[in-house]
Amino acid sequence: MSFNVLVITEQADGGELKKSSREALGLARALVEKAGGGEVSALLLTAAAGELPAKLAACGADRVFLLEAADCQYYQPGVYAAAGKAAVEACGASAVLVPGSALGRDLTPRLSARLGAPAATDCIQAELEGGKVSALRPAYGGKIQMRVAFAASPAILCLRPNVFRACPADSSRAAKVEPLAVALTDKDRALKITGLERKQSETPDVAEANIVVSGGRGMREGGGFKMLEELAGALGAGVGASRAAVDSGWRPHSDQVGQTGKFVSPSLYVAVGISGAVQHLAGMIDSKVIVAINKDADAPIFKVANYGIVGDAFEVVPVLIQEMKKHA
Amino acid sequence: MNIIVCIKQVPDTEARVQISEQGNSIDSGQINFILNPFDEYAVEEALRTQEKLGGEVTVVTLGDESAENAIRTAMAMGADKGILLKADRATDDPLQVARALAAEIASGEFDIVFFGKQGVGNEHGQVGMALAELIGVPGISGVSRLEVSAGAVKGAREVEGGMELFECGLPAVISTQKGLNEPRYPSLKGRMAAKKKPLEVKPVALAAPLLTVEALAYPPQRERGRVLGEGSATVAELVRCLKEEAKVI
Ligand SMILES: Cc1cc2nc3c(=O)[nH]c(=O)nc-3n(C[C@H](O)[C@H](O)[C@H](O)COP(=O)(O)OP(=O)(O)OC[C@H]3O[C@@H](n4cnc5c(N)ncnc54)[C@H](O)[C@@H]3O)c2cc1C
Repeated sequence: MSFNVLVITEQADGGELKKSSREALGLARALVEKAGGGEVSALLLTAAAGELPAKLAACGADRVFLLEAADCQYYQPGVYAAAGKAAVEACGASAVLVPGSALGRDLTPRLSARLGAPAATDCIQAELEGGKVSALRPAYGGKIQMRVAFAASPAILCLRPNVFRACPADSSRAAKVEPLAVALTDKDRALKITGLERKQSETPDVAEANIVVSGGRGMREGGGFKMLEELAGALGAGVGASRAAVDSGWRPHSDQVGQTGKFVSPSLYVAVGISGAVQHLAGMIDSKVIVAINKDADAPIFKVANYGIVGDAFEVVPVLIQEMKKHA
Repeated sequence: MNIIVCIKQVPDTEARVQISEQGNSIDSGQINFILNPFDEYAVEEALRTQEKLGGEVTVVTLGDESAENAIRTAMAMGADKGILLKADRATDDPLQVARALAAEIASGEFDIVFFGKQGVGNEHGQVGMALAELIGVPGISGVSRLEVSAGAVKGAREVEGGMELFECGLPAVISTQKGLNEPRYPSLKGRMAAKKKPLEVKPVALAAPLLTVEALAYPPQRERGRVLGEGSATVAELVRCLKEEAKVI
């Protein structure tokens, strides 16, 4: 059986391929292998392709559909949607894998509508059985896992970051690079992304970070998060926050983890001064390892934490920072 | 301005969610339903747009008759009228929902359509942008800063590491999120007035869904947590566990 997969790829600010794109390529290769044949195609929209096609090949792509255009410096929703549709048609994709970033979550429903094809967001598992894909996705604030089936082709799967394994890069792999012809309408260009306002932060975004250090109301004004920033720096982690911390104005809402914030699945989640309300758990319960530091031994966060320390964060965290720096 | 807000009724975020006997839906009997929290930002932004530019705010939802409650909540906040698209069955397919809403919205006049970023519950987060595509107007998701003028909108949407700045003409579809505004609470007077506002109920026959829920399951139980100890003396043991046992650092 031949099972072709299209991966929508995305670059970080500096033009590097994003980790979530490598994860999507990893899953694409696994699906093609499971099917016993087929091709992995990658869609690349960029202002300057440079070494990216070769990197996509190394990470698992057999074909690269390339659209190089000056305005692709930013995500242009209409252009991406038109290009995505053209690429699906060019490679005869049975499945489309989209990274679960702001870009991917925006693009997924657009592709779904344009192709008349079913789409599932936040996928944490994908199966291929008798040529049919199904996906697993958390719902109801992580209280339920939903297995969804796709009744039409292609199946569009938007993947939660940090869940799927990227294949190791192999620079001896090569891919066929093809310029993608896309017929753009005025409607495709009606919405313009005109620029990017960068956050003044050294730490990675909480939605993408492989380690997340989050603080809650226990952090008190200002100083607590300074300490967490330092811990995050030592761990290469992103800094998250509970809604209580965000609503107190200590952190921007873009850092909020939870049901009305971001869903994260890092390999390590450190919750400091967070009680563990259901709405907070909704956003982080799928983390691989959870650590809780809380002065209240009865805090519900300890029920889900793999490792807990009962104590005052202002005593425990500085020692933890020292230890991490020692081990770094 | 014809301002439309698409809303959804969702389970209370505190609700204990149980899987029904059929195994592919939840048992809604015990659950308290509320207006989707993200939709509160959408309703609020619609009202602010109306206060600035005039016009009418219509709330639209697809659901069963119980969804009237969500519409009345939006009306209590200040929306003028409601349309309940009464579906002949429940659906979890976001494209199907978008198609039903698109058919209704495209049949009338509109300048701006507001959505919440996603519905808590099944959390698809797809309906707004799918609808924008279906009705062929610009759509912007995850908007946390917005300036609406007579014929255009500009603002910012949240992305990793910053904010993307956008601009486009009207009509447009905006999906809202936290940070955009502080939703108002419905006043008692608002609640009383909401009871009398016009609500149109339109039956809708849904086509077969493309995305289907095969099964629901409870997530695998997390290993029961371990409290390592008290105070900063425990840090060394924590670091050892993270390195040697969990191997995450
Ligand atoms: C519709 C809805 C949506 C929501 N969405 C979200 C969401 O997305 N994300 C979210 O987080 N919440 C959300 N909430 C809010 C949620 O219910 C809780 O109110 C919130 O998570 C509490 O935040 P917290 O744990 O920081 O604060 P608290 O519950 O006040 O807990 C603070 C904790 O810090 C501990 N502490 C205090 N001082 C110290 C110290 N010095 N050292 C160590 N520990 C200390 C305390 O023991 C306590 O456990 C939502 C609520 C609703 C109704």
